[in-house]
Amino acid sequence: MSKETPEPDIDDIEIELLLEALFRRYHYDFRHYARASIKRRLIQARGRLGMTSFSALQERLLRDPEMLAKLLNYLTVQVSEMFRDPSYFRALREKVIPHLRTYPSLKVWIAGCSNGEEVYSLAILFREEGLEQRTLFYATDINPKALKAAEAGVYPLDQIRKFTENHQKSGARTSLSDYYVADYDRAIFDSSLRANVVFSDHSLATDSVFAEMHLISCRNVLIYFDRGLQERAVGLFEESLVRRGFLGLGRKESLRFSDHAAGFSDFVREEKIYQRRDR
Amino acid sequence: MNGAVVIGGSAGAVQALLTLLPALPADFARPVLIVVHVPPDHDHGLVTLFQAGCAMQVCEAEDKQVPEPGTIYFAPANYHLLVEPDGSMALSADDPVNHSRPAIDLLLESAADALRSRLIAVLLTGANQDGAEGLRAVFRAGGAAIVEDPETARVPTMPAAGLALCPEATRLAIDAIAPYLLRLA
Repeated sequence: MSKETPEPDIDDIEIELLLEALFRRYHYDFRHYARASIKRRLIQARGRLGMTSFSALQERLLRDPEMLAKLLNYLTVQVSEMFRDPSYFRALREKVIPHLRTYPSLKVWIAGCSNGEEVYSLAILFREEGLEQRTLFYATDINPKALKAAEAGVYPLDQIRKFTENHQKSGARTSLSDYYVADYDRAIFDSSLRANVVFSDHSLATDSVFAEMHLISCRNVLIYFDRGLQERAVGLFEESLVRRGFLGLGRKESLRFSDHAAGFSDFVREEKIYQRRDR
Repeated sequence: MNGAVVIGGSAGAVQALLTLLPALPADFARPVLIVVHVPPDHDHGLVTLFQAGCAMQVCEAEDKQVPEPGTIYFAPANYHLLVEPDGSMALSADDPVNHSRPAIDLLLESAADALRSRLIAVLLTGANQDGAEGLRAVFRAGGAAIVEDPETARVPTMPAAGLALCPEATRLAIDAIAPYLLRLA
């Protein structure tokens, strides 16, 4: 075992080329994702897809579109829970909803919705608060397989206990069991919850504004981006929000160091809920 | 960044850190990044706990922040802490690794990648094997690998696993680690 590793690292060169190939061939842009996490995921993919190097993976990827779907599942793998961080949902319920009530119709964007846990959480919350009928939800992600899962609304039954506990802590007015039926080891959520949901492919890295929103919830997505891409995404959010519209981020995400910070004010500081300034 | 110290620990690690961290001076030349396994649902209170007794600044690691010398950064509960190639810190909500989030392996491996020979890694007491692969990665990248002596550690499993994968690691009793870091830094 040698103590000195020659520079530059071959893996790092190959990863850069692979991400470039992925972008030029399929227009999926991971070039400005935080590199340490991407590298871990690619190492995982390389092993499980039986490739000896990132170059070999790249060669397959360029010629075989099926490899794209496989790779995306590694690059976008995202686990979540319904009502994750219940205090966030409680703050939406108690502090944001009273403002949203003043609008005759509402648009809500769940950016990076992954398998849809947060989509159903918000649909339930809005139903409980009597706003569901006037709300259109946009649930977006870059991974078609995740969007399909989100649209199906089926989750492992063994997660339901945690989901239920979170829901209760969010200030629930109903029981989570009102919204799903259990089928062996799966919980199938009521399709009426997605009656007002549009599931759509959208990339915060390459796509632009598509509607005017009253609330954007984008949690634990920005941490995967580098600074530049974070700025792009927050810029999109600022442009998309109505004046005095709301932006909710993940527990450990913040606009503190963002170029767009001036466009927002803290609304519920500890829950990372921001309000677009009225200029 | 001129390198860093990364520390991982699990069962018994808070006690071990109460010996190690207060022994480092306010002007310690490197930032110190720490992963301690804690339950996911709560803010773990480690910052408050260590602020009082430490000469170094103590805070929670923030996403994309560049770590400063003389400062101790704890990984937040329920997030992995990684080091980016440019030396800044990054958080991730990826699946737990070794049943843990934060996982020690992720911090050590990413830091080894970013900082190579400018990294010092310390693996403390614990009841599982998280951190062993990370320690080996640190050593292979030319960094310094240190393990709390399993014979005197509160729970020997984690440091023993570290030594099994990285037998070249320097083995030290908990109260000898800070003086050793001061000589290296």
